[in-house]
Amino acid sequence: MKSHFTRRGVGAIALVSAGVLLAGCTTGGEPAGDVTITVAIDAGLEQEARDNFDARVDLFEDANPGIKVEAQEYTWTATTFTADLAGGTLPHVFTIPFTDGRGLIAGGQIADISAEVAALPYADQFNPNVAQAGQAADGGQWAVPIAAYGQGLHYNRALFEAAGLDPDSPPTTWAQVREYADKIAEATGEAGYATMTAGNTGGWILTTLVDAFGGRTENADASAPTIDSPAVKEVLEFLKALRWEDDSMGSNFLYEWGTINQDFASGRIGMYVSGGGNYGNLVTQNALDPDDYGLAALPLQGSDPGLLGGGTLAAVSPNASDAEKAAAVKWIDFYYLAKLTDEATATQTAELAASLDQPVGAPELPIFNQEQFDSYRSWIEPSVNVPVDQMAPYTEAIFDQPLIPEPRVATQDVYALLDTVVQAVLTDQNADIAKLLADAQAQAQALYDRAGQ
Amino acid sequence: MTQIAPPTAPPTREAAAPLVRPARRRSGGVRAWATGDGPHILVFLIPLFVAFGVFSWWPIGRAVVMAFQRTNLVTAPTWVGWQNFENVLRDPLLGVAVGNTLTFAVLALLIGYPIPLVVAVLMSEVRRLRGLFSALAYLPVVIPPVVAALLWKFFYDASPTGVFNTLLGMLGIPKQPWLQDQLTAMPSLVLFATWSAAGGTVIIYLAALISVPPELYDAAEVDGAGIWRKVWHVTLPQLRGVLLVTFILQIIGTAQVFLEPFLFTGGGPANSTTTILLLIYKYAFQNSLGGDYGAATALSLMLAVVLALFSLLYFRLTRGWSTS
Repeated sequence: MKSHFTRRGVGAIALVSAGVLLAGCTTGGEPAGDVTITVAIDAGLEQEARDNFDARVDLFEDANPGIKVEAQEYTWTATTFTADLAGGTLPHVFTIPFTDGRGLIAGGQIADISAEVAALPYADQFNPNVAQAGQAADGGQWAVPIAAYGQGLHYNRALFEAAGLDPDSPPTTWAQVREYADKIAEATGEAGYATMTAGNTGGWILTTLVDAFGGRTENADASAPTIDSPAVKEVLEFLKALRWEDDSMGSNFLYEWGTINQDFASGRIGMYVSGGGNYGNLVTQNALDPDDYGLAALPLQGSDPGLLGGGTLAAVSPNASDAEKAAAVKWIDFYYLAKLTDEATATQTAELAASLDQPVGAPELPIFNQEQFDSYRSWIEPSVNVPVDQMAPYTEAIFDQPLIPEPRVATQDVYALLDTVVQAVLTDQNADIAKLLADAQAQAQALYDRAGQ
Repeated sequence: MTQIAPPTAPPTREAAAPLVRPARRRSGGVRAWATGDGPHILVFLIPLFVAFGVFSWWPIGRAVVMAFQRTNLVTAPTWVGWQNFENVLRDPLLGVAVGNTLTFAVLALLIGYPIPLVVAVLMSEVRRLRGLFSALAYLPVVIPPVVAALLWKFFYDASPTGVFNTLLGMLGIPKQPWLQDQLTAMPSLVLFATWSAAGGTVIIYLAALISVPPELYDAAEVDGAGIWRKVWHVTLPQLRGVLLVTFILQIIGTAQVFLEPFLFTGGGPANSTTTILLLIYKYAFQNSLGGDYGAATALSLMLAVVLALFSLLYFRLTRGWSTS
């Protein structure tokens, strides 16, 4: 009897265990009434930046008593974003690059918030060239542009000085970039010029340079790639010369966005090309000494050069309910856009950030019209704490450079193909550039054909 | 020792009766099962079924289905038949990935298979401090793999001030590109993999070596065998069962190598370390618009089938060799 009782007892424990396991697989329910949304926050922020964010959450919740906001760490990378998207683990509000807006909308992978966005007072004032990145085929604004940038040449002023170069006179031609890189490498032993090559960023930066050299990686109507072209070859020859003739590119040829920022901030890289708004990441997440930072416009050459632009869209999870979508758009309005469109909010936000020693005034491009952008810059001017003079070579030239959007078809997949091309040139002295380009062209054409089906 | 069977009488109807009543036996068995311990056993097994079902069998079943679909896991999937398999087989990267995986497997066998055996044999000969040596050998295994990989990535810094290059410099050897060159990247990954996994294999070999009857060594010694002849004629034959298992585990493990290229190189430079599993990962997650999950699962299935066939073939071919 005793034995039987024990078996029953253990059996009950086993049943309870099974129940617990099953319960672990169910989703928690949301109590009726208030809405709770999860919103993206950069991963790995310094405490001051997190305090800044939390303070803004408090302001939002005070202004919207029915909405509760929970922060979820999120940094966009192609691979982690895809996993989060497929697994349904994205926060309700998250950010994506311009590159992906239209594709995600076409795939129904983000929520349709066009009705809520249309109700915003400034909905019709977006710069059309910027707004189109987040629009569906019918013109509905499914994703909201919150920042736009042009690529820039970031440089380390301390390494410039160590190499006998004037940090107030950054290079204005690609020939000078090569010459300065050589001098920096010679004088300091660090990489004079480095470039990203991994995680699709190699293709991104190669495309940037191709545009700056006067070429394109996609034809005008986006029906075919133009990778096997003279401008792409010229850029690869340029990189090959820096790598193998000058030996001025250091020893790491597997950089991606995060790692190149780390090495630049730690003084191991003289110059690199990336988005013009990188200053915030370099300072708040990589402890860059602001005195060492310099930013210049990309040199343009060739017959039809341009500056590759990009930007960030705020989007909402496809799993969001109507109430969550409405709350999410309110958060996007408050957190990302009111600080650009409303003087009181802009001033308050900038003052709060500056009081917490967060960078205010890093370079960016207008997402509305130029007049509105100028107003915004004037509102925040008293709080600007970034080294504006060290960014003047960029900010004084950027508005005169023709902005070019990223390629439209299979962008990330083509970038991944180009990663391999750039890596091959930088790690194989005998790399056959013509063959690499022919292969990449054929593979990219297959991607275009598939996208057109 | 052979027992002689007693003479048997021709089978009668009674004697044969049990053979023609299996249904009643089964019926009685079910009743006995239901009134006996059966339900309790089933209840005890429920957590196991739930855990395996949710975390193993269900995903495997879903993967098989997904291999025949095009899906972004957000909107409704569409059936595409064998198209995912055709796409994978036409991908030029598949050949590269298979070649890289085989290279890793061969290098891992050449470097990673004999080293633990040699270390185990040497350690088994040591009379003192064997515990200390065992702990030292096993230490890399207890370091979390990602932590170890990040440390080694730091060591592999290809600049003259990198840790390994500094050590080489002390010996007068020029700096090496390690992970930054298409030729040296894969051997660098194998070196790390060997370091991180050898400890576990050494412990297995040591346990097997301890179980070898000492009389065999004594007999060999009486016959005039030296240490190498004892290893060749006593140790290795006695270890062949363990060697067989570790060999097949090594093959399966190297065919599924992912961690090292993912953490160290991302498959570069220029796809020189893109392995089959990394290719599966890239199919699934490289494109932020939603990966090609159909191709990823199709290639996963193909790899699973190939490995299962390989294991079957290997065990059949070596059946007579195994001690078990």
